[in-house]
Amino acid sequence: MNIHEYQAKNLLRQYGIPVPEGAVTKSAAKAKKIALKLGGDIFAVKAQIHAGGRGKAGGIQIARTPDEVQSKAAEMLKKKLVTYQTGPEGKKVRKILIEKGEKIKKEYYLGVVIDRSKEKISVIASTEGGVDIEEVAKKSPEKIFVEYLDPLWGIPDYKARKISKFLGIDATDIIKNLVRMFIEKDCSLCEINPLALTEDGKILALDAKINFDDNALFRHKDIQKLYDPYEDDPRDVKARKVGISYVGLDGDIGCLVNGAGLAMATMDEILLAGGKPANFLDVGGGASLEQVRSAFSILMSDKRVKVVFVNIFGGIMRCDTVANALVQVAKELKKKIPIVVRLEGTNYDLGMKIIQESGMDNISTASSIREGAELAVMKSKDFSIKPKRGRKRKEERI
Amino acid sequence: MAILVGKDTKVIIQGITGRNGSFHAKLSKEYGTKVVAGITPGKAGQNVDGIPVFDSCEDVVREFGKIDATCIFVPAKFAPDSIIEAADSGIKLIVVITEGIPTIDFIKAKEYAKSKGSIIIGPNCPGVITPEACRIGIMPGYIFKRGSVGVVSRSGTLTYEAVWQMTRLGIGQSTCVGIGGDPVVGTTFVEVLDMFEKDPETKMVVLIGEIGGTAEQEAAEFIKKMTKPVVAFVAGRTAPAGKRMGHAGAIIMGSSGRWDDKVKALSDAGATIAESPSEIGIKVKELADRRQISL
Repeated sequence: MNIHEYQAKNLLRQYGIPVPEGAVTKSAAKAKKIALKLGGDIFAVKAQIHAGGRGKAGGIQIARTPDEVQSKAAEMLKKKLVTYQTGPEGKKVRKILIEKGEKIKKEYYLGVVIDRSKEKISVIASTEGGVDIEEVAKKSPEKIFVEYLDPLWGIPDYKARKISKFLGIDATDIIKNLVRMFIEKDCSLCEINPLALTEDGKILALDAKINFDDNALFRHKDIQKLYDPYEDDPRDVKARKVGISYVGLDGDIGCLVNGAGLAMATMDEILLAGGKPANFLDVGGGASLEQVRSAFSILMSDKRVKVVFVNIFGGIMRCDTVANALVQVAKELKKKIPIVVRLEGTNYDLGMKIIQESGMDNISTASSIREGAELAVMKSKDFSIKPKRGRKRKEERI
Repeated sequence: MAILVGKDTKVIIQGITGRNGSFHAKLSKEYGTKVVAGITPGKAGQNVDGIPVFDSCEDVVREFGKIDATCIFVPAKFAPDSIIEAADSGIKLIVVITEGIPTIDFIKAKEYAKSKGSIIIGPNCPGVITPEACRIGIMPGYIFKRGSVGVVSRSGTLTYEAVWQMTRLGIGQSTCVGIGGDPVVGTTFVEVLDMFEKDPETKMVVLIGEIGGTAEQEAAEFIKKMTKPVVAFVAGRTAPAGKRMGHAGAIIMGSSGRWDDKVKALSDAGATIAESPSEIGIKVKELADRRQISL
């Protein structure tokens, strides 16, 4: 799970890591009030969206007066930010963080992440901050220092001192507190970029990004509350509610698959067949009537979907059970969308027979993933939904 | 005995009275696996399909002597505890089916199990099977056939898909290992590849990877040194960056974990790449024919 910058900074503050003074708001008028209260002659106006690349897209601006803060905030709240991570449709800015500006002497990088192959927590520090750390790692690896930690022990003081010494600033406490937060809150990533040294000698987290381990959210009620559904694709939010593993994509072939690996492989086969998948969807092991029904309701709420490709490998679950569920759900559908079904595994012949004898002429069957993908792609091309005149096609909002 | 498990492996099921635990305990027993007991604290004295239930691993060991392997179906919140309990009872193979264990908890549990000389398969995995001998986990037994292709995979249903393609071509498997879809796993690709390389029954290996992390790249380094040929498929060519594709570990972060880097590494290491999931079986057959390996 991701959170906003202002939420991340609140957490850092709780852990004794200094951040600039500031407050978040949804209105431009309030933004001005915040600036007046902060005082001074320089302010940062920062759009709060999860996607990276805000700066380049105009989502981070400097203002000299409270009036300028207000006008810049108003402008930001009106528009959608388009960054390399939002996709071309952009993301609406709903909240703005106003902070007191600081005179920066030098910027650093400090990050904590789980190193998957070393199976340790790694602390990454760099004397180059405010830039893409991956770029720094590629161009000048000598400017990066990595220390691995055992999650059982956290960070011993000497390692925090070592990192601090590498950076050339006294950040020992910040490093220790950041690691403590990482472990206590079950983070998967904490990034302070940049960590800044100000002209007057303060060390501050100017920007912060925190991700949490979804598997550990059950024991962090406070973190669960930070979830912002507006940041996710509305289709993903809907799927999350019914407990189906789903990721919205921008193609037009809806996928309904059991198992995450097979679901990805099905998307890949669609691409190889010359089409584009509309989604990743893992309906889960059982694929019961209820699960199939929920999955279809998500697929059908996506206006882009022209064809649905159902790919099920019946292992423990029997294909005839899935076929019966499919036929029943297909009969309930208001729109007769073409459905391509490929069943394999336990009782696949019985399952295929149920589908073929269902009398549903919008359902066709395929005998391999490839054949199914090719059929789905073909059907997506000759079946085009024309938007009705006078009615705008809107993305479904929840 | 192929690798990890065979017909004499003595198995217990932790979490045997749960829905999945009881269902799969029964299926494993029917498959011919030596399932000697199950554990659910507080339910000693009951039985599941004739399998006696005990309160703890310790009690089982007292009753039956040394246990070779355990299969954990316990919910994520309690699964790390079950791992520690199994390791303390001297069980050397711990298969964890449970999905959703917090990463930090698992790293700690793994560290502990390692210190006791136990190895973990999983978590978030379909288990291990040596066809016609021993089934631990949730794989559908009937799709497998005894043979000489080792299979190692991060995904469940995709493994079934590949195995079923092989079985229908008349190609059997030595052992199939689902290493799991989490960011940190108990046993890695490299460790399983090493076991297959040393196993006299295995003549060829199928590796099924996916986006996220660098496990495939590390596998590629090992494949360079292997004498046995490898067919590889990597899922997630179409997966967008920054999104978790079902498995907790299937996520591209920054420039790490991308599909093309994995495929390139495996291909450069000499593995035969199946571009499409539909052609895994056929690639195995072609490669065996080309190298004159009788499978």
